[in-house]
Amino acid sequence: MSLDDRIPNNVDLSSDRRLQKALEQWQPKFQEWWMDMGPEGFQAKDVYLRTATSVERDGWATFDYVKMPDYRWGIFLTPEEPGRPVGFGDMIDQPSFEEVPGEFRNSLRRLIVTQGDTEPASVEQQRLLGQTCPSLYDLRNLFQVNVEEGRHLWAMVYLLHRYFGRDGREEGDELLARRSGNADKPRILEAFNQPINDWLSFFCFTMLVDRDGKYQLAALAESGFSPLRRTTQFMLTEEAHHLFVGETGLGRVIRRSAQLRRESDGQEAKVGGIPLETIQRYITHWYSYALDLFGSEISSNAADFFSSGLKGRYHEASKYSEHSAKDQFQEIPIIENGRVTMKQVPLRNAMNEVLREEYIRDTERAVRNWNKIIKEENVNFEILLPHRRFHRHQGEYAGHGFTFDGSPLPDAASYQAELAKTLPTARDREIVQSVMTPVTKPGQMAHWIAPPTKGINDQALDFEYVRLN
Amino acid sequence: MAESETLSQAPTFTDFETHPTRYRHWSLQVDGEVARLSLSVQQEEGLSDSYLLKQNSYDLGVDIELADAIQRIRFEHPAVRVLVLTSAVARIFCAGANIYMLGKSTHAFKVNFCKFTNETRLGLEDLSAHSGVRTIAALNGTAAGGGYELALACDEIYLVEDGNSAVSFPEVPLLAVLPGTGGLTRLVDKRKVRRDRADIFCTIAEGIKGKRAKDWNLVDDIWSKSTFPAKVEARIAAVLGASEKNPSTGGVALTPLSPKLSESAIEYRFVTLRLDHDHRSAELVVQAPPLSEPVDGAGMRALGASLWALQAFRELDDALLHLRLDYPGINVVALRTTGDAASVLRVDQALLKHAGDRFVKEVTAHMARVLRRLDLTAKSLFALVEPGSAFAGSLYELALASDRIYMLADQKGASRITLSGMNGGALPSSNGQTRLAVRFHGEPKRPAELLQAARPEGFAAEAAEEAGLVTMALDDLDYEDETRIAIEERASLSPDALTGMEASLRFPGAESMATKIFGRLSAWQNWIFQRPNAVGPTGALTNYGQPTRPVFDYRRT
Repeated sequence: MSLDDRIPNNVDLSSDRRLQKALEQWQPKFQEWWMDMGPEGFQAKDVYLRTATSVERDGWATFDYVKMPDYRWGIFLTPEEPGRPVGFGDMIDQPSFEEVPGEFRNSLRRLIVTQGDTEPASVEQQRLLGQTCPSLYDLRNLFQVNVEEGRHLWAMVYLLHRYFGRDGREEGDELLARRSGNADKPRILEAFNQPINDWLSFFCFTMLVDRDGKYQLAALAESGFSPLRRTTQFMLTEEAHHLFVGETGLGRVIRRSAQLRRESDGQEAKVGGIPLETIQRYITHWYSYALDLFGSEISSNAADFFSSGLKGRYHEASKYSEHSAKDQFQEIPIIENGRVTMKQVPLRNAMNEVLREEYIRDTERAVRNWNKIIKEENVNFEILLPHRRFHRHQGEYAGHGFTFDGSPLPDAASYQAELAKTLPTARDREIVQSVMTPVTKPGQMAHWIAPPTKGINDQALDFEYVRLN
Repeated sequence: MAESETLSQAPTFTDFETHPTRYRHWSLQVDGEVARLSLSVQQEEGLSDSYLLKQNSYDLGVDIELADAIQRIRFEHPAVRVLVLTSAVARIFCAGANIYMLGKSTHAFKVNFCKFTNETRLGLEDLSAHSGVRTIAALNGTAAGGGYELALACDEIYLVEDGNSAVSFPEVPLLAVLPGTGGLTRLVDKRKVRRDRADIFCTIAEGIKGKRAKDWNLVDDIWSKSTFPAKVEARIAAVLGASEKNPSTGGVALTPLSPKLSESAIEYRFVTLRLDHDHRSAELVVQAPPLSEPVDGAGMRALGASLWALQAFRELDDALLHLRLDYPGINVVALRTTGDAASVLRVDQALLKHAGDRFVKEVTAHMARVLRRLDLTAKSLFALVEPGSAFAGSLYELALASDRIYMLADQKGASRITLSGMNGGALPSSNGQTRLAVRFHGEPKRPAELLQAARPEGFAAEAAEEAGLVTMALDDLDYEDETRIAIEERASLSPDALTGMEASLRFPGAESMATKIFGRLSAWQNWIFQRPNAVGPTGALTNYGQPTRPVFDYRRT
């Protein structure tokens, strides 16, 4: 099998000897990592997966049965109009960087490593979920997300190998050496060290944490470093499915819980459902960790990334008319002597917050849809998002106690009491665990989740998405 | 940067005195033979409100606590044989000096801040060299910039291997300045990191972690996160097992100095600093010990912190720090002594006789550190030897540290210079030599000859001049005018040129790591601190944390 067949790509791998050499050494390590840390118990099964084999309209989603270890992880960059200049920052309108500019080498490598580290981390977090899948449809979606996170790792490793020399190769190896939740070698970002032991957490994760990924990728898809821009653009096409899995997954759980609540007169836990209050607390937990991922509200790194033209705003090119973000300010509430006060922050230093706001708006939209579902089921309940200051471990609000609604709390005791009310309790986890029993008959759904509205790639709902026998 | 918009130009008075019960940022725990200093910087408790001490970064206030802790371990906890420095904050050991604090400081403050932190780190090394305390930096998180420099001042460095924690010098790539607390010097001189590797290390902002940090000898070992605490304990046990015990008794509490402050003076028990702001000059007067000063080991220990040799030099130390940080307008300092020279000689003799006593040893080592602080003080120092002064033995070192020594040749021959055994090696200068050897750099045999010929009655003016122990002896017709004019003339010269001139002339002969740090690293740093590429409107230090990127003038000198 030729290299191009083994590794589908549009980066002329067969004539790039340096890249070949790097990938030849890295690929076996990746395979080994996948066997060790990939989905437990399903590596030999046929899964109905889509594989990207080219960037053309008919090539990026080729569906067929594949055993996951045989998945053809490829390297794809979205083609774009030649001569597109740097779109923002101090070097606006200058030619895009086709190679890494020496002065940004460290910043770029850090951006890529931080993004890359999240991809294998989520596979590790989710590796035991297959054993409690609510349906073959969901099992297949889990695996689709997993193999594509693997491909996103490839995409980042491609950049490291192709553009960062020996350092890049070492970072590529490190990406396979860190382990989610491992005390000695944790993943870089905290949300990626949180365990995902149940499907409610999985849906929260793909809805809320992967959505951070979408905004990070979108900001990098504006980059003046052309290979990064084109790589992340292609990743975004795949990421959309992950968000779909999360948003519709939570929607289906919410719908089923609302139905069971109505039918059981508010006793949905007793009839095998997950209480809406429990779902609310899971969302609160994951949402607050996802907000942390955007970084500090006031950040010199964010300003550097923007002024260097490395990381823009969401839809920088199409949404904004002014791309220097110079001499502009953003009001950011900060904590001074226990009080919330407004501070004028140079816009460039507030870029993390600008991106976080896009994310919050998008998440609020999804929440409105879920509340519509609850209303359709004639149940009186409303899912709410906590205030952005609540339960934060990063940035201006970390280390301060706030209520769910964002009001400052006077002391640690009242904050602890607020957390006890609003974050998942031991009882919540117990309820969720109790309904996590595998359902593997084609077309069947676990009792606690509603069926999806349609199948994958126009297949029927009772299609055998994973062949277990 | 305009001085008017900066910190520490206000008429502030820095408090260099503190106590473990008042520490905000460090916590000192002493458990038998093991002392632990753990850093948890309270970000809102910096010396000024204009910056936050994030990421365990430090300002002068944090370092004053560290200096105090090191001092107290030596005097109050003589049994200690291991000192462990670590962090109480997750994932970060120390991020070094706070950048916003530096960005907002005057040039003079930056220079003196760096000098103080350098002296504190040398104090750590002095603790290890003279007090039998092995120092261990247990880096349980990233040590960046001054954080790693602090580690470099320890005997051993261990870094947690968690995939993230690194040691780093981001100064050059990120801030366009140097790691100014001895880091560059210690990297190649102390840890003997190969210079090309050091070159790479100093230009990677995020630093080096894991195996390569060990391979390059940036750290002594790397331990995984889960085994790290146990490995540190094991290393402590190994050190304790391999070294001799220190005496477990005889700790002496360091009591507050509580000077009397006024606009024109700081008055301590034995030391007085008089300020003449109009003439940009000051007078620093040290009083000799009283005749009743005990000279037996038990009596000396019983006096504790009130022992003249300890108290007078602690006062001198405090006065020097105030001179540096709080009185930038003072350019010339006249050094005087008063009291009975014979009493100084008695004390000197006792210090030498009981040199094996742990307390006495610490007292002498402390005197030596204070005198080195004097050597490194960027003020013109003129010693004035007159009738009634007590420039004998250890107090004559004040004169030896000065740039010039004026002696009044009075008709009765009452002005005297007297040498003692303390001039023979107990109080070395930063280059490891005695001040007599530094003075007679061209006549290497002279110090020994002088010490051998030393008489208790000392040298009268003419003989002192003849022996080269003073710059000039002047009769009473000339003395007053000459010294007044000398001081006025000195105060009229450029303070910058004087600082450079004095720093060059004070240290003839061989170099040590300390003189390299102060003479090479600090001098370059102080130059860089003035350059537009660091502090100009487009400089990196000015633009750090701002939405704008630095723009350099790429022409090299």
